[in-house]
Amino acid sequence: MAVQEHSSADEPPRGSILNDPRVRSVFYQLVVVAIIVILGWEIVSNTMANLKRQEIASGFGFLENTAGFGIIQTLVHYTETSNYGRALLVGLLNTMLVAVIGVAMATIIGFIVGVGRLSSNWIIAKLAYLYVEILRNIPLLLQIFFWYFAVLRAVPSPRNSVTFLDSIFINNRGIYGPKALFGEGSVAIGIALLLAVAGSIVLHVWARKRQEATGQRFRSGLSALGMIIGLPVVAYFASGMPVSVEYPVLRGFNFVGGLQLTPEFVALVLALSIYTASFIAEIVRAGILAVSHGQTEAAGALGLRPGPTLRLVVIPQAMRVIIPPLTSQYLNLTKNSSLAVAIAYPDLVSVGGTVLNQTGQAIEIIGIWMFVYLSLSLITSAFMNWYNQRMALVER
Amino acid sequence: MTIKLLPLALGAALGMAVTAASGATLDDVKAKGFVQCGVSQGLPGFSNPDSAGNWSGLDVDFCKAMAAAIFGDPSAAKYTPLSAKERFTALQSGEIDVLPRNTTWTMTRDTTLGLNFVGVNYYDGQGFMVRKALGVSSALELSGASICTNTGTTTELNVADYFRANNMPYEIVAFEKSDEVVQAYDSGRCDVYTTDASGLYAQRLKLTNPDDHMVLPEIISKEPLGPVVRQGDDQWFNVAKWTLFAMINAEELGVTKANVEDMKSSDNPAVKRLLGLEGSYGEAIGLSNDWALNLIKAVGNYGEVFDNNVGPDTPLGISRGLNALWSKGGIMYAPPIR
Ligand SMILES: N[C@@H](CCC(=O)N[C@@H](CS)C(=O)NCC(=O)O)C(=O)O
Repeated sequence: MAVQEHSSADEPPRGSILNDPRVRSVFYQLVVVAIIVILGWEIVSNTMANLKRQEIASGFGFLENTAGFGIIQTLVHYTETSNYGRALLVGLLNTMLVAVIGVAMATIIGFIVGVGRLSSNWIIAKLAYLYVEILRNIPLLLQIFFWYFAVLRAVPSPRNSVTFLDSIFINNRGIYGPKALFGEGSVAIGIALLLAVAGSIVLHVWARKRQEATGQRFRSGLSALGMIIGLPVVAYFASGMPVSVEYPVLRGFNFVGGLQLTPEFVALVLALSIYTASFIAEIVRAGILAVSHGQTEAAGALGLRPGPTLRLVVIPQAMRVIIPPLTSQYLNLTKNSSLAVAIAYPDLVSVGGTVLNQTGQAIEIIGIWMFVYLSLSLITSAFMNWYNQRMALVER
Repeated sequence: MTIKLLPLALGAALGMAVTAASGATLDDVKAKGFVQCGVSQGLPGFSNPDSAGNWSGLDVDFCKAMAAAIFGDPSAAKYTPLSAKERFTALQSGEIDVLPRNTTWTMTRDTTLGLNFVGVNYYDGQGFMVRKALGVSSALELSGASICTNTGTTTELNVADYFRANNMPYEIVAFEKSDEVVQAYDSGRCDVYTTDASGLYAQRLKLTNPDDHMVLPEIISKEPLGPVVRQGDDQWFNVAKWTLFAMINAEELGVTKANVEDMKSSDNPAVKRLLGLEGSYGEAIGLSNDWALNLIKAVGNYGEVFDNNVGPDTPLGISRGLNALWSKGGIMYAPPIR
């Protein structure tokens, strides 16, 4: 018996090759791949045939055609005579604008609220708790509508604008403020600013090296600030004051000139950042709690006060826990920005939808949407992964 | 909105691959037992649901007429509310069979979108509504104004043309849903609300104080509104087309919902042909010969449908104008049944 068992386990199974598990698994995988390929091919060819039969044009040629519709907020030059491709670019840039500003604001608010939740001050801790519990439990779309419609009704008409310092006006057409106009010679100011930034970085690196080597501290922050403000100011005067300021003025129905933030933009950014901040706050809180209390005690024993302890000891370690989930919140915010369409903010989905409706190129437009959101998400992830690696524990 | 648009559009991609592959819409409709109509999300007078979910309006009556012509039963119709932006994708993908949704007949829509316009069931034009308090009396005084409207419409294109041609700057705030346009206009976001004139009269009823608003005299475009079907199915196209023509011919011949039974004894050969007592016109389009009789019994002739839904005695209070019969000073005209 024992001998027989031994031999049957060692030798390949006798009989049909069909019973060989390795052959079988390869066979089944081939079948699955074949089914997927056939299905995919079937869908593509069927779609093409049907589009043709229904006489719906396909391809990306339509991007060259005149769009013919206006867009309320354009970061690059766009008129009704621009083409569909340009319109989509305007939409893409509007999406990116909301995403970038939303991410920045959500991060700031989220960190403040997250740290606030751990505050030993009862009122601050409770307020932060309420913020999180209320805002993350109300659907985002409702919050967008709130910031748009509820706030819109509360602000006055252009003629009765709320005015600050005679230069900032708030009304139901948006927020208007002064705009800097850069005349000839302004390049010098830009160069000065770049130099100042570069100088500050060099100074900061030098100060760190010196502190590591000698233990002596050099407060690089103040000198950097001085440089960044001072150099461009010097350049401004040296180049003959080429910058002028344009103030918005009330003309006819509305303010003209200056800088305008539309109510759609303001409502969307507020809603997205305030909503996302409630999730970020919880991530920050969890990250801080994950740093063992011993670290704080050790810092205290070394004589660090609570502020520097948080800044130099706790947060850097907490970041390792915080960054990965933070990345998903950034991705969520970017994707959620497509709710813009509900309040007429011309983001990529909204403009794309209009193009889709006018040209009937459903498949192409959806392809562009998917490609863009996928790319934005991958770029964000790549950047956050890089940052995560930098923050990761370095063994010395 | 996005949430709705994406699956819809994706459905379009797949739908184009699957649903639309079958050509004979009439057979499909007969097999499933009802007509699936794409209508607006609520435009009083044209297609509007009441609190119990029953749809009514000029466009809805067209759908009921088709159901009556096919099944002899006006209730054999189901309604899919669609935003202006979603409507063509829904039709192309086969989600609906016919689209009677205050849709303007334009060349692009009729050709590159793969659609066919059945005819015109309402001759309209685009207008502007403003607050009376604004003190504006002509659209040419609107330079620099903020304008609220719907995306995915001819409206947003016309307004761009008009303001550009008259060299007036403007700010367009384009929403996907009409309810949001109304709300934004009502809350003061815009100085002007622009859409089809009929739509202005309908939407004005939804404002907090309808009497504070007025429609400016300028009509800046031609908006021939009509039902739409998919291109490439001539039989279904014929059914839809002749449903509309039967309603108009009935008005011309004096056949009404009330007198249609009596009219059976009329000596007028045109009436006999309409009611299926002579010839076999119904069979020619794949229906029974009493198709027109049934649809008139169900909704009445075009004039009755107009008066019941948007006419002077309704809240919209629109007079026939261009939509009167050609023989009565309008341009409503249908080829004869013979
Ligand atoms: N006739 C125009 C405009 C049609 C349109 O969508 N009008 C709006 C405003 S009157 C509408 O029907 N709203 C009702 C809804 O969206 O439910 C077109 O075909 O593009």
